Amino acid sequence: MRRTTRTLANKPGETDQMGMLQPGVTLQDRYLVLGILGAGGMSSVYKGRDLHFPNVTKLVAVKEMINMAADPTMYEMVVRNFEREADLLATLSHPAIPRIYDYFTHESSSYLVMEFIEGRDLEAMLREADDFFPEDKVISWAVELCDTLTYLHGHQPQPVIFRDMKPSNIMIDHHAHIRLIDFGIARVFQPGQKGTMIGTEGYSPPEQYRGEASPPGDIYALGATLHHLLTRRDPRAEPPFSFSERPVRELNPKVSPEIEAVINGALAYDPKDRYPSAEAMKSALLAAAKQTGILISPAASASLQLRNEVQEIWSFECEDELRSTPIVHNGIMYIGCYDNNLYALDAKKGSFLWKYATEGGIPTRPAAQDDIVFVASEDHHLHAVTADKGKLVWTYRAEGPIRSSPVVYEGYIFFGCDDGHLHVVSMQTGRRAWRAEATAPIRTAPLVADERVYFGSESGDFYCIDFKGEIKWRFRAKRAITSSPILVEGMIYFGSMDWTLYALEAEGGWQVWRFRMGRPTISSPAYSEGRIITGCADGIIYAIDARNNRELWRYQTEHQVTGSPIIHEDSVFCGSVDGSMYCLDLRSGRKRWMFRTGGPITGTPVVVDNTLYFGSNDHHIYALLT
Amino acid sequence: MDLLKRIFRPKPAKPPVDGVKTAPLSPSAIRQGPGPRLDHHVVVGMAQSVGMERTHNEDSLFVMHGSSAGLESLPEFGLFIVADGMGGHRSGEVASSISVRSVARRLNQDSLLHLFDLEVEDDTLPLLDLMRHALEEANQAVVTRVPGGGTTLTAVLMLGHQVTIGHVGDSRAYLIDNATAKPITRDHSLVKRLEELGQLKPEEAEVHPQRNVLYRAIGQGANLEVDVFTQPVPRDAFLLLCSDGLWGVVPDLSIQKIVTSAKNPQEACEELVKAANAAGGPDNITAVLVFFPPE
Repeated sequence: MRRTTRTLANKPGETDQMGMLQPGVTLQDRYLVLGILGAGGMSSVYKGRDLHFPNVTKLVAVKEMINMAADPTMYEMVVRNFEREADLLATLSHPAIPRIYDYFTHESSSYLVMEFIEGRDLEAMLREADDFFPEDKVISWAVELCDTLTYLHGHQPQPVIFRDMKPSNIMIDHHAHIRLIDFGIARVFQPGQKGTMIGTEGYSPPEQYRGEASPPGDIYALGATLHHLLTRRDPRAEPPFSFSERPVRELNPKVSPEIEAVINGALAYDPKDRYPSAEAMKSALLAAAKQTGILISPAASASLQLRNEVQEIWSFECEDELRSTPIVHNGIMYIGCYDNNLYALDAKKGSFLWKYATEGGIPTRPAAQDDIVFVASEDHHLHAVTADKGKLVWTYRAEGPIRSSPVVYEGYIFFGCDDGHLHVVSMQTGRRAWRAEATAPIRTAPLVADERVYFGSESGDFYCIDFKGEIKWRFRAKRAITSSPILVEGMIYFGSMDWTLYALEAEGGWQVWRFRMGRPTISSPAYSEGRIITGCADGIIYAIDARNNRELWRYQTEHQVTGSPIIHEDSVFCGSVDGSMYCLDLRSGRKRWMFRTGGPITGTPVVVDNTLYFGSNDHHIYALLT
Repeated sequence: MDLLKRIFRPKPAKPPVDGVKTAPLSPSAIRQGPGPRLDHHVVVGMAQSVGMERTHNEDSLFVMHGSSAGLESLPEFGLFIVADGMGGHRSGEVASSISVRSVARRLNQDSLLHLFDLEVEDDTLPLLDLMRHALEEANQAVVTRVPGGGTTLTAVLMLGHQVTIGHVGDSRAYLIDNATAKPITRDHSLVKRLEELGQLKPEEAEVHPQRNVLYRAIGQGANLEVDVFTQPVPRDAFLLLCSDGLWGVVPDLSIQKIVTSAKNPQEACEELVKAANAAGGPDNITAVLVFFPPE
């Protein structure tokens, strides 16, 4: 566009690289530019001196607006509109409104010469303040702003709509009074622009974007401004019209509910639902201000539900704590217990079938393939027993306790061990195929996929190795990794004792994102519908957006969550050390039901045929109807 | 001699009429033009035009793409950026170009250059944070150096099998396959927001007089909220980055047709720009198209 390039620049040195006027330039042989006050969009504001007053320094503010119209007819129309608006502003007379001295058009720009106001604008003040503005101060500004709007809206023959109420357009002068500094005259210069442009959004009412400008629009913008002043949350950084998603008192609890209610009244989406006039809003503000002091609403005491809200199908008592996770294979439920036994129960009825004794506690989940069940024990051994009778097939001896759940993959069993090795054992013979060395105990269940094995270790190292045992990549967390990894769409997710959930690119191990929690975690994450669900020792079950590590919801249990969640259809099931099994809505995190047991739940549940199976440290195995 | 040979050479035998395959080729077979083989590597095309109505080009683009082969070869990587500047004087073009440069510099320095390290460094920032910081840094650069200027910016960092996307404004990233062209970024424009709130129908939004008004852009104040997200690289599909000079005038369906019927991404980009200009070319047009091979 021809006119976007300044034609004033015919004298070299008058404009800078950006086309702004340089100090020393004189406009109309009268206004000497002293410096720039601000620039935004299609306009700039300069501090100037009126040379018609040679004996005193009379300061003025000169607003320059660039006429972008390429077509001569359009150009003329823009100039005419500008002059009409300037004439209107010149007739206004109110202490909060700066006086208009002059206007003129030169080449591709039009200029408005105004009263120069000493002071600070509220946006700068917001930026510089360390804390919230006091509520009473904001109320007094708000009352003055209402008065000014009442004047403008009552202007004859027709109301004047300010259109651009926002902190940067409100000055606090040296007498601590407000002044409105920027009337929306610049909009004359933005008719039907092509290409991308910026609006000063965030404060503007919805109807303004339909081209409507009316007094209720100014009331909305005033509400938005007050919201920003009291919450310090810049609405321009939020989606438009989202104030209701962040109530004032949620961000600044010191604000009284009455003032919050007034602001909400101004911010109603529908103009009909707002205060009918600035006068009415002022009355509401004054009424609210009378109620001094900050009211503290009594925290709604959550009613505890002690009763179990879900149907128990059966339960079965073992001789010690059940800290691990069951599996169901061909109608039989297998679970390891700290009484050293692997139990096999009829999954439907909960009746005892057999148990197999190892020499140590079983903190791992069994694995099963065809007619063999594999169980790893703290007795340093991996045991292979028949699935139907629990008869020993073979054992494999590692160099330390095994706390990593074995994983079956193409005829081999993969598992880690406290001896610092990842062991790979032939399913048929129980002989070692190969092993890979880490520098510390491996307690995560290995993840085997696409000829790669992924596992974490107690040193905080996370490994990706190939089937030759060669390291493809390694990632280091700051603390131990006990949480077992999952792989979804090329991304690896796991938690660490360093209070963090990590998301790594599976091919190269690049950290794509991380999510910080309130405590260490050993819970293994679960995935569904773009959500990562994980538990943490801070007692919270978190749902995190897998695309961008945003927290979607959280559910606070009453103790640590060291077990892992599972997802079945649209439900999350997760146990807590508080002794309860929780069922949460996957999308909202709302509790569907909870089931109390007599001891901490540290294992992971499993769902088969609409039945939820899990063990508790109260020595019981439970089967619940989902 | 040659002539004689040619004259007296027996005519090549015609293929038997029977057995000639006349069945329609599959869409992917049709797409296999005489261009470069697209089997294993990412292929990139790009094009830009000032449009039919403007004299200034305020759009910027940046393309960087690395492939390697051999023992311990590097993963495929790339950085693709489109920015559409705005503002009076010349601030639009300056804002978009310094933003692109700032983002490219930050992501190279803190991420891509590390690919060449022989020792893995442990304490690097997650890519999502890097992307967010890079856009925030660009914002800071524009705020301080180009007051009054602003720009959209959509950046895609490809590393291995994952792309990390940073986005502000209303330039778009599309995922395009044989069936659809689907925007994966969210326009930070008012009409889009009104559409999300159910106040405007999509067809109303398309012709809305203020469809170009943004509520978020680089260079508009110190606090910038950036959209960053990650997703797996698409397979046998395209990623298109473009300014609204393209998507605002060429319907998604036509974009999809042009992209999937072109011989290669470069030709596709040129065709996209042609289509936008044929539709009036009211604004600057920028397109970067990345083809991702099947796995």
